[in-house]
Amino acid sequence: MTKNALTDALISSAIALALSVFMIGFRTTDAPGGLVLTYKIPLVISIVAVVFLGRLFLNLFWWRRPSSTKTKNRYFDILQVRWASGGISLHGITLLLAFALPLLLFVLNAKMNLGLPLRYWFDIATLVLTYIMLGWGLNIVVGMAGLLDLGYVAFYAIGAYSYALLAQHFGLSFWVCLPLAGLLAAVWGVALGFPVLRLRGDYLAIVTLAFGEIIRIVLLNWYQFTGGPDGLSGIPRPSFFGLPFKRYGDNTFHIFMGLEYSTLHRILFLYYLILILALLTYFVTNKMRRLPIGRAWEALREDEIACRSLGINTVNTKLTAFATGAMFGGLAGSFFATRQGFISPESFTFIESAIILAIVVLGGLGSQLGVVIASVVMIGGFELLRNMSWLKLLFGEDFDPSLYRMLLFGLAMVAIMVWKPRGFISSREPTILLKEKTQ
Amino acid sequence: MEYFAQQMINGVTLGSVYGLIAIGYTMVYGIIGMINFAHGDIFMVSAFVSLIVFIALLSIGITWIPLALLIVLIVSMAVTSVYGWTVERLAYRPLRASFRLAPLITAIGMSIVLQNYVQIVQGARVKPLPPVITGSYTLMEKDGFTVQISNMQIAIIVTTFILMIAFSALISKTSLGRCQRACEQDRTMAALLGINVDRTISLTFIMGAGLASVAGLMYLLYYGVIDFYIGFVVGIKAFTAAVLGGIGSLPGAMLGGLIIGLVETFWSAYFAIGYKDVAAFSILIIVLIFLPSGLLGKPEVEKI
Repeated sequence: MTKNALTDALISSAIALALSVFMIGFRTTDAPGGLVLTYKIPLVISIVAVVFLGRLFLNLFWWRRPSSTKTKNRYFDILQVRWASGGISLHGITLLLAFALPLLLFVLNAKMNLGLPLRYWFDIATLVLTYIMLGWGLNIVVGMAGLLDLGYVAFYAIGAYSYALLAQHFGLSFWVCLPLAGLLAAVWGVALGFPVLRLRGDYLAIVTLAFGEIIRIVLLNWYQFTGGPDGLSGIPRPSFFGLPFKRYGDNTFHIFMGLEYSTLHRILFLYYLILILALLTYFVTNKMRRLPIGRAWEALREDEIACRSLGINTVNTKLTAFATGAMFGGLAGSFFATRQGFISPESFTFIESAIILAIVVLGGLGSQLGVVIASVVMIGGFELLRNMSWLKLLFGEDFDPSLYRMLLFGLAMVAIMVWKPRGFISSREPTILLKEKTQ
Repeated sequence: MEYFAQQMINGVTLGSVYGLIAIGYTMVYGIIGMINFAHGDIFMVSAFVSLIVFIALLSIGITWIPLALLIVLIVSMAVTSVYGWTVERLAYRPLRASFRLAPLITAIGMSIVLQNYVQIVQGARVKPLPPVITGSYTLMEKDGFTVQISNMQIAIIVTTFILMIAFSALISKTSLGRCQRACEQDRTMAALLGINVDRTISLTFIMGAGLASVAGLMYLLYYGVIDFYIGFVVGIKAFTAAVLGGIGSLPGAMLGGLIIGLVETFWSAYFAIGYKDVAAFSILIIVLIFLPSGLLGKPEVEKI
């Protein structure tokens, strides 16, 4: 046993050595006359030592314990059941929390004297809600209709650019542009849907990925129209039904409401705007789920051939799924444009598509609550990592935590998937069954 | 005409590099039916390992280029294989029995991890390497325009050709190749017949990583600059090539690589260079509209 543990630890540390000796042990740095190497041998030795001791410890003490009959953690599943049945009205609680969050933060801040940077917290909440909306939108395509889409960010981009260009060239207001952007994105969704009708599984994935890249490259190169890599700036900010959020002016929001001017007004308005947009996505999706078209999506996901044999028009079913998903992506995109005031192709790279897909899958395919949990964990959690300056105390002054953010993000994706391969909330039951399932 | 011939040579060279990486994608897809998104980043890691080993060799006084390159190739193949194996062991094996999207997400996660890992340990700056293999042959000369093929291009095309033949032989003749094909067809049945499925899959990843490391070294020597992002840029093109050729088919991967390489080169040469990726992706979409399983892929027959 001990011998086995020792061999295993030795093998692991040999692998760690092979992985780290060149990549971590030597660092290429620029110098006059070409690259030179700087050495970091102690780091490699410590990595190997940690792997060796860690593996040895795990082998001797941890994995040796008889595997106890683990009671499966059904917490999330129970949550899902309650969410779906609406028994304790989890909807209500979540909704209330979302609406009351700003108030809660205000009160907490005042009472406990926390001195929270409120603006920062609202920004994070807005960001999380944006991803929740995108996740719900993609959920229609991937979770319900079972069409793997790796280029969802294209519709986000189309929405953002539609709003920016319409507003700048025609002077249309946000509220006129919003449905237009959604419509345009939906048209593009159909345009993408047409060529891929016959494709299955991973062929579909690569074509959607290619579509996303094509959109990004066109945005990057069509300089006269989109501003190329410089992007578009000075995108009009939204107004509260015609009342702008400005410090000076005759007819501004704070004068109309009789309030004192504060920059927080706009931030709060944006928060509620995305909240309402996200809720719109949620309710429309839930409604459609119960309509014939939603049933057709789920049937398509389960078995395409059976679907066709039963006379479901798979062409329409697929196209509506793409169009609906794209529309919500477009709406979220125009919200993004108006919030940032500046957009460039940089914001619409493949990694964004990957993050949105990861949120959907990590949350549990087809689960609405899962998307919320995954967004809060992956986006909110990792946004907080951005300014963990206290880590500097631990690792020294030249330690930059923001550098490790994406590394940890990737590791978290792998770890969560390995831990819960079906996502946080693993239910993929059709919403309708012929017979009640016997538990 | 001369210009065309020159672009042809450049395109075939680029296509060879894509083809080598595409084989890695296609083999993994064939055997476990998943898109190994991290494969492009394995290629990127191998380019970095090659660069580091090469500089290290020069600094300890091994300056005879053929010997240095041989050592670089062997070391980089070994290290990259370990990376390939580790990625498979950590991110894919635990999800072997899971549903289709789970390994896709871990693959994307692994790709993010490798990219940021290299960015942290080696820095985000572009790493230049002065030309190592120099010299070229003039094939044609007319009106002051010369068609040249450099030694480097010859090396790339010949190496790719040899590796391609070697791999086809490996898959069709050796017992390992038979095991791989058996696992491809039916993993459960293969396991019942005494094939070590996990080992076969690991070896597939190691072979894919080995090929990627050859491609990494060639990319490094040919272009002379690498950064942590090439894994995505080149990987996505190689993956497109694999799908274009019909994923799961070895000759298809090579053919797809050549087509993508040629399309990209000719588009840059005759039209707008900014849109060369659009051209490559458009070819993919157009081909897939008419041949939904790629050029040489076997059409999926679904039994009910």
